[in-house]
Amino acid sequence: MTSSLELSQITKVFTDKVGNTITAVQDMSFNVAAGELVAVVGPSGCGKSTILNMVSGLYAPTSGRVLIEGEEVHGTRPEVGFMLQKDLLLPWRSIVKNVEFGLEEKKMSRAERRERAMTELERMKLAEFAEHYPHQLSGGMRQRAALARTLVIEPDIILLDEPFSALDAQTKLVLQRHFARTIAEAGVTCVLITHDLNEAVIMADRVVVMSGRPGTVVDDFPIELANRTDPLARSLEPEAGVYVKRLFDTLHLENEAA
Amino acid sequence: MADTSTQIQAGAPEASSGATGKGGKMANPMRGALSAMGSATEIAAILAVGVVVLAAWEFLPPALDVPRYIIPTFSDCMAEFGRMWQRDNLLYHFGSTLIASVIGFVLGGLLGAASGYLLGLSKLWERVLSPYILGLQIAPKVAFAPLFIMWFGYNSIPKLLVTVLVVFFPILVNVLQSMKTVDRDLVNLARVYSMSRLTIFRKIEVPSSLPNLFAGLRIGATLAVIGVTVGELVGGNTGLGFLITYGEGQANTAMVFNAIILLTVIGILLYFAVAAAEKRVLHYLVREEH
Repeated sequence: MTSSLELSQITKVFTDKVGNTITAVQDMSFNVAAGELVAVVGPSGCGKSTILNMVSGLYAPTSGRVLIEGEEVHGTRPEVGFMLQKDLLLPWRSIVKNVEFGLEEKKMSRAERRERAMTELERMKLAEFAEHYPHQLSGGMRQRAALARTLVIEPDIILLDEPFSALDAQTKLVLQRHFARTIAEAGVTCVLITHDLNEAVIMADRVVVMSGRPGTVVDDFPIELANRTDPLARSLEPEAGVYVKRLFDTLHLENEAA
Repeated sequence: MADTSTQIQAGAPEASSGATGKGGKMANPMRGALSAMGSATEIAAILAVGVVVLAAWEFLPPALDVPRYIIPTFSDCMAEFGRMWQRDNLLYHFGSTLIASVIGFVLGGLLGAASGYLLGLSKLWERVLSPYILGLQIAPKVAFAPLFIMWFGYNSIPKLLVTVLVVFFPILVNVLQSMKTVDRDLVNLARVYSMSRLTIFRKIEVPSSLPNLFAGLRIGATLAVIGVTVGELVGGNTGLGFLITYGEGQANTAMVFNAIILLTVIGILLYFAVAAAEKRVLHYLVREEH
């Protein structure tokens, strides 16, 4: 249950009400192999989220093609899951009902839906909070519930848009490890959008670096570190620092800080 | 509810709930006792203020030689209340106003909410109609009462219409506002799950709008009584509003006082009915503890 993803010469131009055009992404191409976790990093406003919205089918690129398993994307499709910095849990639903949300468009009995949601919550160690409401949970627990909702539909591809950036440092570490394990177990293809260079290196198989607006690919290299399921162990390896330095240099952060 | 949430949030994300639960249990009785003491003194103070006001009402006007037809004392009003109950069919008038308020509120609420949701679904119609809605919203709705009497005569239709009209707008405006401010990311999430426009409306937009709908309903509940009262003041021979004009004609100030008090009671009943429904429906919202 996993698919490859290909972005081929994507350009996205937005036109505002007054008729001004903004090119968010220009002639951008990269591939994600089946089961691979690719991190996309870049300066803020470089169109990272635009890419995600095009892959999820929320809107079409102005030119170029998005291919999932060789098939062009037209509109939203059920095998793509997505997750944002905001947990997007519905406050009026209990946690288990939130997890069931994505299954409600699928043909299955109420009992099966509940069973699948509970299995997913058990995997996230949230089973005892199934009947709680989102406001009763901590930020880290809510984000785990959001991952449960994303994975319960058994997606082939999941798109993560800065899912850890709103969390405190400690929760972030715990959750990164949790996500890395869960995603590896599920074996899904994953695109992780992040502005955290360290996070990109410790979680990904490969990193795609984007330039400022209009966004385009300026670097694309594999991360050859062991233990993809343990970001914490990876962060302690000396080579991890080398990769972060490479990202740092590619993005010209030194010049910006000066 | 609030207590469980603080317990969980206070614990580290990965801490076992058992440990945090225990801490919560230890803290709770003390906090409970403190708040109970606080509320006991508060209740005493509230009652004391009430007693002082009633005593001032009872003894100040005679002491200052204010005649009864200007300010009847509390006991005058109570005596008049008994007389109205026996002679003037007070229960009938009270019931008539109460029923008109409830029916007007429910109809106005339903129409206001339905219009709000419909306009919220169509950007075009919302833009086309919003200047007119604004105009009507500013127009003093109660001024329509004489017009409705000219059109429909001295029956209960004019007062119902005024009530529906005054209740309608705050609810419409609140619902429309909430439809415009629904979280786009939630809608996108539902779209990624391939949900239809109607499903998104039902599962995302309507639940998101409920806090605003209830804010509108609360305003509507207090306005409903005003609508009915104006309708009854202007024409007709039933209801507490009618008793006000009737009492005025007889220089029976105590009757006017009593009618105003009973109208307030109806307003409070409606308001608390809405607040109770809101508490049940919106149980999932975090309430600030003060």
